Amino acid sequence: MAHEHRKFICITCPRGCALDVTLEGEVVVQMEGNSCKRGIDYVTGELNDPRRMVTTTVRVRGGVHPLAPVYTESPIPKPRIFDLLAVIRKVELKAPVKIGDVVIENALGTGINILASRNIPVKSEAS
Amino acid sequence: MLKERYDVIVIGAGPAGLAAAIEAKKTGAQDVLVVERAQELGGILQQCIHNGFGLLIFKKDMPGPAYAQHFIDELAGLHIDTLLDAMALNVTSERHVYATSRTSGFLELDTRALVLAMGCRERTRAQIALPGTRPAGVYTAGTAQRFVNIEGFMPGKRFVILGSGDIGMIMARRLTFEGAKVERVLEIMPFLTGLTRNYVQCLLDYDIPLQLQHTVKRIIGNDRVEAIESVQIDKQRQPIPGTEEIIPCDTLLLSVGLIPENELSRKAGVSLDPVTGGPFVDEKMQTNVPGIFAAGNVVHVYDLVDWVTQAGLLCGRNAAQYAIAERKHHGRRVKMKAGDNVRYVVPHVLDKESLAESAQRLQMRVTLPIEEPVWVEVMNGEERVTRKTELYVRPGEMVNIDIPQSAYDAVQRASELSVRVVRR
Ligand SMILES: Cc1cc2nc3c(=O)[nH]c(=O)nc-3n(C[C@H](O)[C@H](O)[C@H](O)COP(=O)(O)OP(=O)(O)OC[C@H]3O[C@@H](n4cnc5c(N)ncnc54)[C@H](O)[C@@H]3O)c2cc1C
Ligand code: SF4
Repeated sequence: MAHEHRKFICITCPRGCALDVTLEGEVVVQMEGNSCKRGIDYVTGELNDPRRMVTTTVRVRGGVHPLAPVYTESPIPKPRIFDLLAVIRKVELKAPVKIGDVVIENALGTGINILASRNIPVKSEAS
Repeated sequence: MLKERYDVIVIGAGPAGLAAAIEAKKTGAQDVLVVERAQELGGILQQCIHNGFGLLIFKKDMPGPAYAQHFIDELAGLHIDTLLDAMALNVTSERHVYATSRTSGFLELDTRALVLAMGCRERTRAQIALPGTRPAGVYTAGTAQRFVNIEGFMPGKRFVILGSGDIGMIMARRLTFEGAKVERVLEIMPFLTGLTRNYVQCLLDYDIPLQLQHTVKRIIGNDRVEAIESVQIDKQRQPIPGTEEIIPCDTLLLSVGLIPENELSRKAGVSLDPVTGGPFVDEKMQTNVPGIFAAGNVVHVYDLVDWVTQAGLLCGRNAAQYAIAERKHHGRRVKMKAGDNVRYVVPHVLDKESLAESAQRLQMRVTLPIEEPVWVEVMNGEERVTRKTELYVRPGEMVNIDIPQSAYDAVQRASELSVRVVRR
């Protein structure tokens, strides 16, 4: 089977290694440029099931800010990012929000929860 | 309730300031105060809702606010005072801090050690001298980040971003998520200025074009930005004629660098390195002014928050140690005062412990001559510590007296000693 050469940039850590990969079909047969073995997992993931962490905001009523930041508990399939954003956009929470609160359970059936990444206390009448 | 004098005051409650305050308290500083001009703790991290924080310290990929919350919680458990919505206006080299807050008004505070952790600010249009009209719709990337992530409004629909710094690239993705179109990212340098991973996960993933060695030639539009004209530049940073392109957009974001925020440092007499824009510091993160320390983006601009935290911890530990030494030393020192018929005494201050080593000599001059025998007396209030006799005294002739080691206990009881010369 013919070998194919492809380039990737690993985004697993801030180092951002440039990877030179030799593929046989979808199988990595050789890799250069990775500073650690997580580079191999990254490429395998990119080839078979590319995923990304997604961070965005949801609306909050009655909080010190009108938004609460949220994030995917683990990376979600890349092709579903915009579907996920559309679902998240429909959510509105009521203050107080606690860090780690599950904002959406099992989003889009991926088994991945959407969590709040900070506290949003109730806005007091005084301020 | 605020105290008048603290062991450690920290200005700025970003990751550097939070870490410094926590570590100062843990090292043994008795009272620690954090002064923050925003209404909440956390600094710039509260608007950095993206992940990528904490890989080093927590071995976990966390969003900025979650990373900050960890330290905010730890701080809350340590009885550290916080003063929010309070702006430090001035600090002196003697570590007086002048601040104003909405709730407490104007405040004057003293501290044995001071930590500067004011972070940095973004370069603006004025600092990079962008030609063209001055319509609405030009923002720094960090300002836009605050609008979109905290305040909840979109500053435009079609964007061009100048600068490939991390904030600019992260905003390109963020705006795309919120339904905007990012037409282009332009970078004047021949290389990316932010992290490569942000190029991949913020630009490549969403097909946002990046053009290196390109810049904004002029901004077009009267009331609102209507387009920008871009141009390619050569190695000497000169525009290449004929490469101009009009890119329609309604908003231009600037991500053209950060500058350490050191107005206050300057006022305190802290010398700044023209290269970093931050204070010169030693291995303790102490500036040239004794007792004034600095950590985080105020010293030099970091790209990883974990390193900011580590710098804050180091700085807080040393600030506390300085304060503890200062406190000890303070209690150990006794002031020498000129009493009856004494013009001055040298030394002006005496370390009480010095008597454990040897007798200590005081030297003085009298105000008026006395041509008969006198007592030269060292007094702690009404208690006499030691005395000697002189046959006469004259202003032109210096007088000496030694405090003997046997007076050690008497001196320990004093906070001030006076010396007088009286007739026998
Ligand atoms: C937009 C952006 C994106 C980033 N993305 C990442 C990332 O993905 N991953 C990563 O690891 N790092 C990232 N960083 C870097 C990291 O967030 C910063 O390095 C870090 O926040 C700096 O911490 P600091 O405590 O020095 O400053 P800051 O967080 O800026 O805190 C300084 C604080 O001081 C206060 N202050 C200033 N002057 C006064 C005054 N006179 N009186 C009272 N208070 C005052 C300010 O209000 C502020 O709260 C990013 C930084 C920015 C700006
Ligand atoms: S290969 Fe390893 S070191 Fe290189 S970017 Fe990936 S995780 Fe980081």
